[in-house]
Amino acid sequence: MSLINDFIKFNLNETTRKSIAEYLWIGGSGMDLRSKARTLPEPVTDPAKLPLWNFDGSSTDQAPGDDSEVILRPQAIFRDPFRGGSNILVMCDTYTPAGDPIPTNKRFSADKIFNHPDVAAEEPWFGIEQEYTLLQKDTKWPLGWPVGGFPGPQGPYYCGVGADKSFGRDIVDAHYKACLYAGINISGINGEVMPAQWEFQVGPATGISAGDQLWVARYILERITEIAGVVLSFDPKPIPGDWNGAGAHTNYSTKSMRNDGGIDVIRKAIEKLGLRHEQHIAAYGEGNDRRLTGRHETADINSFSWGVANRGASIRVGRDTEKAGKGYFEDRRPASNMDPYVVTSMIAETTILWKP
Amino acid sequence: MSLLNDLVNLNLCDVTEKVIAEYIWIGGSGMDMRSKARTLPGPESDPSKLPKWNYDGSSTEQATGDNSEVIIYPQAIFRDPFRRGRNMLVMCDAYTPTGDPIPTNKRFIADKIFSHPDVVAEEPWYGIEQEYTLFQKDTKWPLGWPVGGFPAPQGPYYCGVGSDKAFGRDIVDAHYKACLFAGINISGINGEVMPGQWEFQVGPVTGISSGDQVWMARYILERITEIAGAVLSFDPKPVLGDWNGAGAHTNYSTKSMRNDGGIEVINEAIEKLSKRHKEHIAAYGKGNERRLTGLHETADINTFSWGVANRGASVRVGRDTEKEGKGYFEDRRPSSNMDPYVVTSMIAETTILWKP
Repeated sequence: MSLINDFIKFNLNETTRKSIAEYLWIGGSGMDLRSKARTLPEPVTDPAKLPLWNFDGSSTDQAPGDDSEVILRPQAIFRDPFRGGSNILVMCDTYTPAGDPIPTNKRFSADKIFNHPDVAAEEPWFGIEQEYTLLQKDTKWPLGWPVGGFPGPQGPYYCGVGADKSFGRDIVDAHYKACLYAGINISGINGEVMPAQWEFQVGPATGISAGDQLWVARYILERITEIAGVVLSFDPKPIPGDWNGAGAHTNYSTKSMRNDGGIDVIRKAIEKLGLRHEQHIAAYGEGNDRRLTGRHETADINSFSWGVANRGASIRVGRDTEKAGKGYFEDRRPASNMDPYVVTSMIAETTILWKP
Repeated sequence: MSLLNDLVNLNLCDVTEKVIAEYIWIGGSGMDMRSKARTLPGPESDPSKLPKWNYDGSSTEQATGDNSEVIIYPQAIFRDPFRRGRNMLVMCDAYTPTGDPIPTNKRFIADKIFSHPDVVAEEPWYGIEQEYTLFQKDTKWPLGWPVGGFPAPQGPYYCGVGSDKAFGRDIVDAHYKACLFAGINISGINGEVMPGQWEFQVGPVTGISSGDQVWMARYILERITEIAGAVLSFDPKPVLGDWNGAGAHTNYSTKSMRNDGGIEVINEAIEKLSKRHKEHIAAYGKGNERRLTGLHETADINTFSWGVANRGASVRVGRDTEKEGKGYFEDRRPSSNMDPYVVTSMIAETTILWKP
């Protein structure tokens, strides 16, 4: 296989100015990522200078067969960690030929919210903690778990080390460096409470960029699990029973919250979120009811609560923020399969624009 | 999988100033090591300049769910042999949000002892011989042993070579170089009397740094066994019967012992240790009674004894030291699962500070 790998890693910079651009988009389910590649005559670093493209929407549940073209609009460029050189990954969103966003394009409405002058003035920062589970390819049973059985109960696995406690670290570490290489603001990783479950964090990223970076990080992760022969799952409760679920805790702050006196702005924001709990929950990921039970470090899905350092609440304010009188807070409700465009823009909309 | 390895081994130095810091701490059992990583804006060599961090203590039996944050303070930096580049491993200890050491933080008290002017003046050196056993992952039977049976009796395995005598050397050799790369003062390795059992030594190291280096060496070892798919055990008597246990013999000297006439100081120190035998034994590792039987090169747990070149004694003085009239001695009582912060500081406290 070494000859094939040699070709994959070939450095074309010596022979041509051409570069390869992998266009990425979100498919019809709202969670499936799709991509295809095209050759560009030379390297490009500005998404506005990339050509629009199109794909067969009838193959991704996004268009009928007799009117199948969906237009791809480049929105963000990242360095391609798989092809190296001057090659790029391009995060796109999707439009009809007439120029309207198709129904599954959540980025479009998010972008409108983030462009509202009141929101732009507050410079909303997001730090998203993406949890996920690794599954064995043929059995769809978590990586490292005995087939037909269970590992020892939760306890030793959180941030654990050792062959009997940590399953799949090479995937996680490859992903960390690949994302840094790509230019994603990945801020950390850790092993999670359920064995074979992991977390990476992206942020702080401002506005719409948080969603772009998280989606590309998810794409890179799925490409890496593909290489490793392991299946990636964003299901919020992959194993029922006494096993933690997977979330996408979203940390958030605005300029006002980060400045002196911010703790009051934070309290008001949390209060507003409390008044729209049901609307947020409906947009925070499918299947979240299996995860938000009130156990396993979650708050019950039907009640809204908040607390300092409280991992059993809907919203947690860190001790640092409490002490400094300013900072950020963590919305612990979103599920691992949430759409970051939806969640980030909704939090901004409710806390900055919405009047109760 | 070579593509996966390429990503894990990516050298980010050309692409970004950012570095990855793996923060490492000791969990609720006092023996389980935990770690998670974060991205830093640039390289750093002074631990006091690294940011403090926090983790979910409710997942490691170190805090409750409603007050879960435990703060980790960076104490020592080592080069990361897994991520290489400018990336680092950071040994930390654990505090409450109000700044008090949590009960499992043994480093804090040790540091106070090592900061006492009388102790500082004596420049205590430690050389710790860490023994450990490698197990097969699914059966938890020692590596290389026939499943459901036993190898031939002890005899050929100590420092042995050959596929019927040395089990797991690749792990041991990888660990040796990884520790040297990391900046740990690893002084040697050898195969032990029981097959599947090995030893590495860290030292001479002064004061609190000895504990930091031994814990970091243990962490690196567990990361390597994780990669190798073998389970690491620090149990002091992993297999009952005519099989050696695993210890952590602690070699010790002070400035006075290393100078001319030191043999007198050594004799006085050993006498002080004999008067506090029970207190030391209580702090020298759980399960040590299964190991200190008086057989298998140990002294019986209930009696204190010492002798020159005597491996059946609690404390052994080497022939070199006896001949030169100065040097060091070996406390053979600590078990492999001892906490080096506790043992090193207690030896210093008893021999330098304690008045009988």
